[in-house]
Parts: sequence; C-alpha cells; structure tokens
Amino acid sequence: MTQAHAQRADPLPDTKTPLLRWEGLSVPLPTGADRPFAVEGLSLELNRNEVLCLVGESGSGKSVTALATMGLLKGEMSRTAGAIHFGGQDLTSLTPDARRTLTGAQLSMVFQEPIASLNPFYTAGAQVSETIRTHSAASKAEVYDKVLSLFDEVRLPNPAQIYRAYPHELSGGQCQRVMIASALALDPAVLIADEPTTALDVTTQAQILNLMLALRDNHETGILFITHDFGVVSEIADRVAVMRHGELVEVGLREQILTDPQHEYTKALLAAVPKLAPRAARPVTGDPVLEVGGLSKTYRSGGFLSRSRREVKAVTDANLDIRRGETLGVVGESGSGKTTLSQCIIRMVEPSEGQVQIAGQDFLALHGADLRAARRRVQIIFQDPYTSLDPRQKIGDAIAEGPVIHGTSVGEATQLSHDLLAAVGLDPSAAERYPHEFSGGQRQRICIARALALQPDLLIADESVSALDVSVQAQILKLLSDIQEERGFAMLFVTHDLRVASQVCDRICVMQQGRIVETGAPDQLFANAQQDYTRTLLAAVPGATRVFG
Amino acid sequence: MEFWFARSVRMAFTLFVVVTLTFVVLRTSYDPVVAMLGPDATNREIELFRVRWNLDKSLIEQYITYVGNALRGDFGNSFQDGRPVFEVIAERFPFTLWLGGVSYLFAIAVGVPAGIIAALYRGSIFDRAIMVVSVVGFALPNFFLGILMILLFALVWQVLPSSGASSWAHVIMPAFALGLTLAGILARFTRSAMLEVLSKTYMLAAEAKGIAPARRAIFHALPNAALSVVTIMGLILGNLVAGTVVVETVFAWPGIGRLLISAISSKDLAVVQALVFVIAAAMVVINLAVDLSYRLLDPRTRKSS
Repeated sequence: MTQAHAQRADPLPDTKTPLLRWEGLSVPLPTGADRPFAVEGLSLELNRNEVLCLVGESGSGKSVTALATMGLLKGEMSRTAGAIHFGGQDLTSLTPDARRTLTGAQLSMVFQEPIASLNPFYTAGAQVSETIRTHSAASKAEVYDKVLSLFDEVRLPNPAQIYRAYPHELSGGQCQRVMIASALALDPAVLIADEPTTALDVTTQAQILNLMLALRDNHETGILFITHDFGVVSEIADRVAVMRHGELVEVGLREQILTDPQHEYTKALLAAVPKLAPRAARPVTGDPVLEVGGLSKTYRSGGFLSRSRREVKAVTDANLDIRRGETLGVVGESGSGKTTLSQCIIRMVEPSEGQVQIAGQDFLALHGADLRAARRRVQIIFQDPYTSLDPRQKIGDAIAEGPVIHGTSVGEATQLSHDLLAAVGLDPSAAERYPHEFSGGQRQRICIARALALQPDLLIADESVSALDVSVQAQILKLLSDIQEERGFAMLFVTHDLRVASQVCDRICVMQQGRIVETGAPDQLFANAQQDYTRTLLAAVPGATRVFG
Repeated sequence: MEFWFARSVRMAFTLFVVVTLTFVVLRTSYDPVVAMLGPDATNREIELFRVRWNLDKSLIEQYITYVGNALRGDFGNSFQDGRPVFEVIAERFPFTLWLGGVSYLFAIAVGVPAGIIAALYRGSIFDRAIMVVSVVGFALPNFFLGILMILLFALVWQVLPSSGASSWAHVIMPAFALGLTLAGILARFTRSAMLEVLSKTYMLAAEAKGIAPARRAIFHALPNAALSVVTIMGLILGNLVAGTVVVETVFAWPGIGRLLISAISSKDLAVVQALVFVIAAAMVVINLAVDLSYRLLDPRTRKSS
C-alpha cells in the first residue's frame, strides 16, 4: 500500500482510499423480531474529510450501523456478518481488547441525548480527561491542558469553569459540546454522530452543525452523521446514504440526492419533509373559543425552614385568543414556557395570575364537578405516543372512557370509539387490541381519536408530531387539519419545529423566556419578522432556504 | 448550617412523637401494678406502689413529669429492680451493637458484591444461583434458620455454641441467621439498581470511549447505583432491629432485643419506653447518615445553591 502511494503524484494519496469501508455488513435481530436482520448487506464507504449523512426513518438500521461500527452491540446482535475495514484491519475480526484500543481513540462517537450521555457522578472535565487517560500515558497537567484546549475548540465559554461543572449544571448544548470534546480528545480518524442535534434547540443545533463542519475541515475527520432531518442533511452533508428496513437504498452526493433522487423511497421521504412554506391565515369567522389574558406562572422554591427562596417566571403576561376552526401555533426554544402556557390553559398547572375564558366560560373560576365537566371542552394530545396510552387498557376502552365518565352510555361510547377509529384512519377492530400492537404513528392517531371522543371546543397539540418520522408526521398533520375542517374545533399547536408551524398554523406566537414576543400569520412572520429573536429563530432552521421533494 | 438546623428540628420532632406515642399506648393498655405485684397484692401494697412510681397522678401529669425528666436524660427506674433504666440498657447495648454490626457487615459484604455480579452477568447461571439463594435468604424466617443451625452445628456436629455471648464463636450463628435475610434483600436491590444504571446512555458512552469493562462497572456504574443501594442499606437497618429481637431470643443473646421481650412480658414500662426511644434515636441517626451519604454520592444534592 505504502509503495503504491509513493509512486503517485497525488498530494493527498489517502483521500483515494476510503477511511472506513463496510462490506456486506449484516446485523441479526433477536428471534421474534419483525424481521431477521437489523442491517442487511450494507456496503458503504466513508472518506477522509467528509461528512456522510446516513438518513432513514426509525427502525431503518442507522443507529445499529453506528453501534456495530463502534463494537457496541450486545447479545445476539453482536454476531455480525460481513466486514468493517479500517486502517487495513477488519474491525469485526479483532479481539475485544484490540478493538477497545481503537474505540474512543481512532473511532469515536457522539450520542443523541447529550445530557444522558454524561455520567452524573463526574465533572465534565473528569469525563473528558478519562478518555485521554484511557488511551495515552499523558501526565495529569498535560491532560488538564489538553481538555481545556478541547473545550476551547468546541467553543465552550470559560473552559476552566466547565471543567469543574457537573452535567446537571450544564445545558443540553453545552453537554453535547463536552461529548464532542471527549470524542475529539485523541484526534480520531472517524467520528460517528448519532442524531447529535435532535434533542437540541434550532439555534444550538445550528452552532453544533457549524462545529462539525469546522472539525471536518481542521482535522480531516471522516464524519458519519446519522439524522432523520433533511434540513440538517442539506446543511452539513457531503454525501448522503439512505437506509430503509436495514438496507441501503441509495447513496450519492448531497445535491444529487436532494434534487434528483433515484429511488422511490428517497423521493417519498423528501416529499414528506414539511415545507418551510408559510401559509397565510385562513379567514376565520368563528366565535372565540379561547381567550387568555395576562396569564402568568411563577414557580417559587424554598419555603418553610429554608431561607433561600427563588422565583422562576415560567410564563409572564401571556395574551392570546383562538377562534373556532382556527389554529394558533406557539413556538419557542426549550425553556421558553410554551408547555407551561398550554398546561396553565387547561389547569394541569395552576396559573399564578390572569384570565382564561373557554367558550365564554371563566375557566379559572371553576372548581370540583364544574371544572371536571368543563374539562371535556379542552383536550390535549401529548408528544410521546408510547407513554401516553395505558399499556393495559384496550384501545376502544381508552377512547370510550372519557365519554362514559361524562355520562354517555357504554353502548353509545363503544359505537363512538369505532366511528372515531375509522375517522382517524384505523380499522374499528383496533378497539379490541392493546397499545403495544401499534406503531408510533398509529398510536398518535389513537390519541387523537381519544381526544376527539369528548367533542372538545379546543384541542391542544403539545409537540404532538415531534416524535414521529417525517412521512408519518405528514399524515398526522393532514389528519388533524382534515378533522379540524370537518368538526371546526380550535387548535393550540405547541411546537419547536418552525417548518411544521409554518404549514399548519393560521397565526404563530413566538415565545422567548416566558413572554410572547411576537404574533403573526406565518407568511407575515417569515417575510417580515419584527423581533430580532424571531429572525434568529427563523435563520437557524436547517435548510431554511431550500425546498425539498 | 441551614441543613443542620432543619435536620435537628425534624429529628427532635420525630423523637418527641415517638416518646409521646409510646407513653400513651403503654399507659393506656397496661396497668403495671397488677402485672408487677400479682393478683394477691393487698390494697395497701398497691397504694404504696402507685405513689412510689407516680402512678397515682393523672395521665397528663405523669406525661409532663416523664417528658420533663426525659429532657434531663432521666428515663426513670426499672419497675423490677429499681435501677436507672439507662444503666440496665447500657449493659445490654454493646452486645446488640456487636451482633448487629457483625450481621450488617456480613450482609453488605455478601449482598452488595453478589448483586453487582448478578447484574453484570445477567441471565447467566451465576445470576440465577445468586437470585435463588437470596430468595431463600429472605423467605426463611430467621428464627427457623436459627433453630435449624442450632440443631446442626450445636447438637449434631457440636462445632459451635448454641447460646450465650462469651466469645467470637458465639456470634457466628446469630449473625448469620440475622444477616442472611438482609444480604438477600441487599443483593436483589443492588442487582436491580445496577441493571438500571447499566442500561443508561452514559454507560454506552463510556464503552464508546474505550474504557475497559471492569473500570466501567466499578467507576461508572457503581457510584450511580450506590445511591439506591445506600437507601436500602438504611432501610434494612429497621429489619435488623426487628430481627435482633427474635434472634437474640433464639440464641439467648444478652442484648437489648431480648431485654425488650423480657421487659414487655414483665410489664416493665419504664424499660420498654426507654428502649423504644433508644431504638428510634438509632433509626433517626441512621437516616441522617443515609442522607449525608447522599450528599457525598450525588453531586446534584451536594450543591443546592
């Protein structure tokens, strides 16, 4: 190999040999799974100085590919077939000890949930130092200096302070920077990033993506970047590989995949990406359903026997109204107060002050039985369809439970649950089955049916499509808008995803630090935002300027 | 400072509630006079006994006197031999501390490593064997285990003494009878705490850093699992106290457990009250120790500011 290189005039001979090459990699699934292989016959190359985006929907085998490459698979899944070539060796044929000398040093990985990937017991600095000490014999002082310079490189403010901080004292973005610093500690040839920005806010995401690009340029790192978000792909990828059901369906340069996809599946995926196509507000003439005035929520901590009292203003002076048939979006970054606001409206959290009128009724003045009766007017659909259904309750019972509590006869409620299941695109026979038999998208349909069973005037969707794959997300959004068209309820749509908000909302409230800083129709807001914060938020949307599909 | 102040107030309040409750329950459920003097006592004798032990006053007066004396450290005298209660307890306490300490250390030394190993080799024969033994450990009543051991080791093989507390050989059987249950409980909780920690993303991240398995288990998983294990270690001390009462009786061990039984059966109220207080105080101190160890173990509670 060396000889062959020496004969060539190429200034960067190594760029011709792939850094990492998967050759017919197959990963078996445990018996009883829905398919025999998590990954089947994957052949792919990652080059030096390249960001290769691995995209696909949940269950496509992206993460398993990453774990297989790092040697982190357990049990039956660790019995992989095929080869992973790196530096003249087949990683899969190395002994665990030999492989461990490469893992974390030559090949490193960053995970999806930054806060959960750091050990709560140790400081950020100790965890990065550990990576270095595991693979080198550097002295304590050298390691300390190295960690500080890494923190500096990943643009963490005040490295010495971050070094001593525990994970719970850092934000999600800071934790991810610490993880990236740890991954870079030994200047790895390959960096695998598994959805590293999915759990982060858009503005933080934009910074992390820039950081990744800088790494590629400064260290010639080959980066395998796993994502489900084509906006991110359009910002960061050099090449794109598309996976489906464990198989590679298409691989190509970014522009080719995004503008001229060959495979039907890639086309369908791109078509499902929510367009950043801000719509105009629909002319809404219905009666006001929700009127919120001067709503605030202040959390107080400390109290009896404790002298340190703290106040956190989660929501300050929020004013909004929604009419029948209208959709109002609430967008903002994590901690902006959008969930607290929606929970105050339905009194899952008691507001500290302000008014909430629902269908002309003073909602905050209600108590006991009156409050319970009024609650049927407002229903909520949560983010995680996996935890918001009782695993031991049949679907039909889950839907019928609300109407029965509010006085409908069991026979009528059962009929209603069948009708609603049909309305959300499921077979009425689903009523007799349990939640675990359904996919995430199907479960979210069930949650929608359950919320609609009480014929609410106001439907609150709190990040209701955020956990779903784009193709499923598109279906659920269409379902919501069709049903709204038909039944005319008002909808409060809470989301962090500006693409989704721009499509479904008539008006959008932008929240920052507990305050609604700007409200407007999507087309006005996107074309002519009045607040700097709104502009920052819009600019940070990955692939903002691109139209997919 | 604030922490200590709040804790002291709460501890004092707990002990006050214990003192009051035991006083009310004991004084309203027994007439110690009948128990102490027997059915043949004359009225004159009964009268004298009542005056001597302040039993002629109203319950409220007795309570105020009792609490007042207790605050000065005087828990009264034993009805039986008239000695100060604390003198009676003090000569028994070291024996219980000895037995309890040995059983507790045994439980930790056996239970915690067994739980860790079971978790690390989940599903293996090792794991299953440890779990079976731990079920047997806490399903077997310790008096039964004690009697079984006396039968085998003291009567059949005659290798260990069956009762008394005069040498280290004497402590083996009672400590084992007492500790096995606790070890079983600890092993199960340690195992589940470890399993939970092992499934965390940071454990995967540690593996992705190239850290060797043993180091991951000891330095990454264990400190995090320790939090729940320490909680259980505090809770099983309650079982330990309850267990000493039974085991000390089976092995004729001269500790406070046996003292409690004999005081209750002879209706020696002052001794029972003081013993309940001592046990409660021990539990409160143990709880404090557990909470303090949280602050050491969990950086999230260390800096509350």
